[in-house]
Amino acid sequence: MSEKNIFKLTNLVKRFTKGKETLSIFEDLNLSIKEGDFVAIMGPSGSGKTTLLNMLGGVDQPTSGEVEFDGKGIEKLSENQLAKWRASNVGFIFQFYNLMPMLNAHRNVELPLLLTQLKSKERSQRVETALELVGLKDRAKHMPGELSGGQQQRVAIARAVVSDPKLLLCDEPTGDLDRQTADEILEMLQLLNREFGKTIIMVTHDPSAAKFANRVLHLDKGKFVEKELSL
Amino acid sequence: MTDLFLVYKNLTRKKMRLFLTCFAIFIAFLIFGAVSALKGALDSGVEMSADNRLVVINKINFTQPLPFSYVNKVKALDGVKNVTHANWFGGYYQEPSKQLMTMAVEGATYFKVYDELTIEPENYTNWMKNQTGLLIGERIAEQYGWKVGDKIPISSNIFSHKDGGHTWQFTIQGIFKPLDQKTDTSYVILHYKYFKETQTFGGTSVGWLILTTQSPSLNEQVAKAIDANFVNSAAETKTSTEKAFNKAFIEQIGNIGLIIYGVVFMAFFTILIVVGNTMVLAVRERTKEIAVFKTLGFSSMRIFKMILTESFLLSFIGGLLGMVGAYLVVGGVSKGLAGILPNLLIGPNTWAQAIGYMLLLGFVTGIIPAINALRLNIVSAFSRA
Ligand SMILES: Nc1ncnc2c1ncn2[C@@H]1O[C@H](COP(=O)(O)OP(=O)(O)O)[C@@H](O)[C@H]1O
Ligand SMILES: [Mg+2]
Repeated sequence: MSEKNIFKLTNLVKRFTKGKETLSIFEDLNLSIKEGDFVAIMGPSGSGKTTLLNMLGGVDQPTSGEVEFDGKGIEKLSENQLAKWRASNVGFIFQFYNLMPMLNAHRNVELPLLLTQLKSKERSQRVETALELVGLKDRAKHMPGELSGGQQQRVAIARAVVSDPKLLLCDEPTGDLDRQTADEILEMLQLLNREFGKTIIMVTHDPSAAKFANRVLHLDKGKFVEKELSL
Repeated sequence: MTDLFLVYKNLTRKKMRLFLTCFAIFIAFLIFGAVSALKGALDSGVEMSADNRLVVINKINFTQPLPFSYVNKVKALDGVKNVTHANWFGGYYQEPSKQLMTMAVEGATYFKVYDELTIEPENYTNWMKNQTGLLIGERIAEQYGWKVGDKIPISSNIFSHKDGGHTWQFTIQGIFKPLDQKTDTSYVILHYKYFKETQTFGGTSVGWLILTTQSPSLNEQVAKAIDANFVNSAAETKTSTEKAFNKAFIEQIGNIGLIIYGVVFMAFFTILIVVGNTMVLAVRERTKEIAVFKTLGFSSMRIFKMILTESFLLSFIGGLLGMVGAYLVVGGVSKGLAGILPNLLIGPNTWAQAIGYMLLLGFVTGIIPAINALRLNIVSAFSRA
């Protein structure tokens, strides 16, 4: 883990307005995350975990405040610029995998590579490498519906890493899995963090999942309560 | 894998729905193709009529005869170039169901008035010399495989011989051909004189007169002069341009144009609703997937294009199949109907129109879901699901 910050949030404010009602999620949130860290964000349902992750991933924008990634503010980028930024910097892993049901595992993993200049052959090689990494080389031709939940999540992980982004954002990645399968997924994330240097920010409400992280942040009522893990 | 492959995968993910939607489009274009061909065939007579040709019929209606003396009286009027006449023979070949459009004409003037028809001079001379000679149109020659010299019996469902029978024997003396292939030649002509001498009733009357004017600008004036000439006589006349005559003849069947547009409009309106609805539903079902595409970094414009491509593809698959279907149907029946409806075909204009409608259909049915996808916000798409 380096000493460099990958994220620096300054005076972050996020409010949702519905008609005349304004719902305040964050008022003046500050946070730094080191490059190469594996951070778990915990907190009760509705505490704003997903909202925070969305702002870090550039799919949602703060009401005010700064989101600095690698020293550059991303909160003011246009929708198209953000799309490009996501394609080259972020891998997303969702609770319900979100694979394309009409595409087989290989093609699902290939999707992010359609946003690169890579030729078809290079793309295939990369996809194979990614599938091998998650131990699903022999399932390349399987459709998502033919795979178990754990296998689908592994395909999703392959999709998230295939274009080699430095950041992985995971929203409840094990929320839909049994204990044993969840641990396998978490070990895989740990491997990606330790061996491949990926910065991982993972939202979870499962304390045993949070144990896999290096740092655990507790979000409550729009504020962080930091507790270092005693390993 | 390409974007087009993704479009294809999206299109084919629900096979039954794809089939039903394509089938609806297929039917609409089948109707459009067949009905346009029908309209084209009906219109081609109007389209191919000569500009300076007039038709004179009995004012009562065109089945009532005119006195033979009218031929010379009309010829004497100012602005008239050539006059000829014709009688409906009610012909058929072998069986009454095999209608053969047959007319008794005056050979000496017929080809002067119908100068878009050509015939070998030698054949023409032979025909003029032979009372029982017959000239056949090129289309008839192709349809029946008849040649010069063939002896053909033609029966009439109107007239009978002096000796009782309904069938006359003719010898084919020549084949007349058009300068423009769209000109109808699916009929045969025989000598008026022979017809008059051998049949039992009708006296010395002609069915109708056909004349050419010195110039199309004289048409109206000549038509008025003719009708004025015979006003208050035993047989008053109605003179119109050949174009108007052919048009009026077609319109007797009903306002075909209006019916055709009605049918086509209904068919298209129906598929617009069906396909439009299908596209909106198909894309709405994929809301979350579209949000995932956007999250991965696909630009909104790229997704917009993919959805529009999908609707165009759908429209073209169904549309082209429908047009090919129409082409086969029209091709299949055109031989059998050659006698009644020559020029029954799907012309380049119809193809161009069909492609235009496919583009329009693809656009109209795809644009709303495509815009919805373009505007789709990732966060709200996920929180909705
Ligand atoms: N698009 C939105 N519009 C309005 N309110 C929202 C929206 N997204 C989230 N919220 C609200 O913000 C709060 C935090 O939501 P979320 O970040 O999803 O919480 P968590 O992931 O911690 O369960 C919730 O009260 C939720 O209802
Ligand atoms: Mg959440």
